[in-house]
Amino acid sequence: MPPPNSQASGSNRKAQLGLFTGYVLAGLGALIGALLLIISLWRPETFYGLRSMASDITAPAGDVGSVGRVETRNFFESIAGYYDAGSKNAELERELAVARVRLAEARALEQENARLKAVLNLNNGEMKPVAMSRLIGSSSSSARRFAYISVGSDNGVEVGMPVTSPKGLIGRVLEVGSGTSRVLLLTDSESMVPVRRATDNVVAFAEGRADGTLRLRLINLGINPLEEGDIFVTSGAGGLFRPGVAVAMVTQLENDGAIARLLSNPAATDVVVIEPVWQSEVLEAADTALSEDVTVE
Amino acid sequence: MERFDNKARRDAFGSKINRDQSPVLSYGLPWLSILLASLTPLWPIITPAPIVPPFAFLLLLSWRMLRPDIFPLWAGLPLGFWDDLFSGQPFGSAILLFSLTFIALDLIERRFPWRGFWHNWLTAALFITVYLPAAVLISGAALSLLQFSLILPQLLLSVAAFPIIMRIVALLDTIRLLRIKTIG
Repeated sequence: MPPPNSQASGSNRKAQLGLFTGYVLAGLGALIGALLLIISLWRPETFYGLRSMASDITAPAGDVGSVGRVETRNFFESIAGYYDAGSKNAELERELAVARVRLAEARALEQENARLKAVLNLNNGEMKPVAMSRLIGSSSSSARRFAYISVGSDNGVEVGMPVTSPKGLIGRVLEVGSGTSRVLLLTDSESMVPVRRATDNVVAFAEGRADGTLRLRLINLGINPLEEGDIFVTSGAGGLFRPGVAVAMVTQLENDGAIARLLSNPAATDVVVIEPVWQSEVLEAADTALSEDVTVE
Repeated sequence: MERFDNKARRDAFGSKINRDQSPVLSYGLPWLSILLASLTPLWPIITPAPIVPPFAFLLLLSWRMLRPDIFPLWAGLPLGFWDDLFSGQPFGSAILLFSLTFIALDLIERRFPWRGFWHNWLTAALFITVYLPAAVLISGAALSLLQFSLILPQLLLSVAAFPIIMRIVALLDTIRLLRIKTIG
């Protein structure tokens, strides 16, 4: 059956004119879209305000959703827990015994650590987190990798702040609304983080590949010293991310580096911590120096 | 006096006496469903790669194929505007792609007015296959061959999901035509 079509114009002048106007308007729409697209590719920050406003308004829905995500997982886990309760109990007791020993060792180490730091006169550079939040959504059907968090400028979040989870780095804040922010995930192809191998000082850049993995590009080219299973942490270069946050594990070697898997998968993360920019004074100083130079010239 | 059969006064859309379709519902529901589908990024799904089908686009295709007279040709502008606010694509990409989709669908419909299930699915598959790579192309990401191989699962999922979306839209269509307005 042909679908009902009121737009078939035939010889009706008025209908023909209406159809023509429709095409003109649709063409105009496409043109406006193309213009906006060019502007936002050229100056990505142009529409930030508009977008953050929209996500501020719809954030409550995302918030409920993220609670739902965590709770459904807990629900299924608690059901699954009944099936192997006995063997799990035995296993846990064994683990507890081991853990007690380890705890005692760790306490000793901690004391020694504190003593040595005191000797060296180092202050431990611990950062106070700016805010805690849940990931309330992600750009799940776009080729870009963004996530949304439910805190914004009202909570002191600023553009550029690193976002971490207990398992490692997640990304950095890209756009701030009053109650939500957009996070550039590490796996986005525009994201780049300076990293180093946890065990020594092999430095590299971790580039997003948009498929959940990172590409590690070594800075010192030569014989590739990497091995599968190497852990990479942030190096602190650039001043944005504090050093020593876990980032990725090498899974596959390449000529000039490696492909690495993200340690903190955003999908499995409940709560994230927004940390202040590590060396904000230095970054600001660098910025002002640059702009002053420009004005002098 | 002979009694009327009770069913004679009713059909699938409700009572035929004293009731009429509400224009707000019958024109609002298609718009509302697409606007809501644009909010997919706020679903509690956080994916390491693009995998979730572009539901707003699929709903738009379905509505346009099922009821060509609901949306004006320029509907791509407002619908795309809303989609761009949430999708993570650069602003303007959905406005452009939705507008072009409306124009292309209209041209195709003029050429092939008689359609069936398979024809609809094939047309939709064609549109999705053009839409997703085009969206990658204008996403502002660093382009490589990897980007295009990444959207293959999403592409297959979207094409496979289309008949289901079409059924959902057909269901919404019966709701849309319910006689809820009381006359007199």
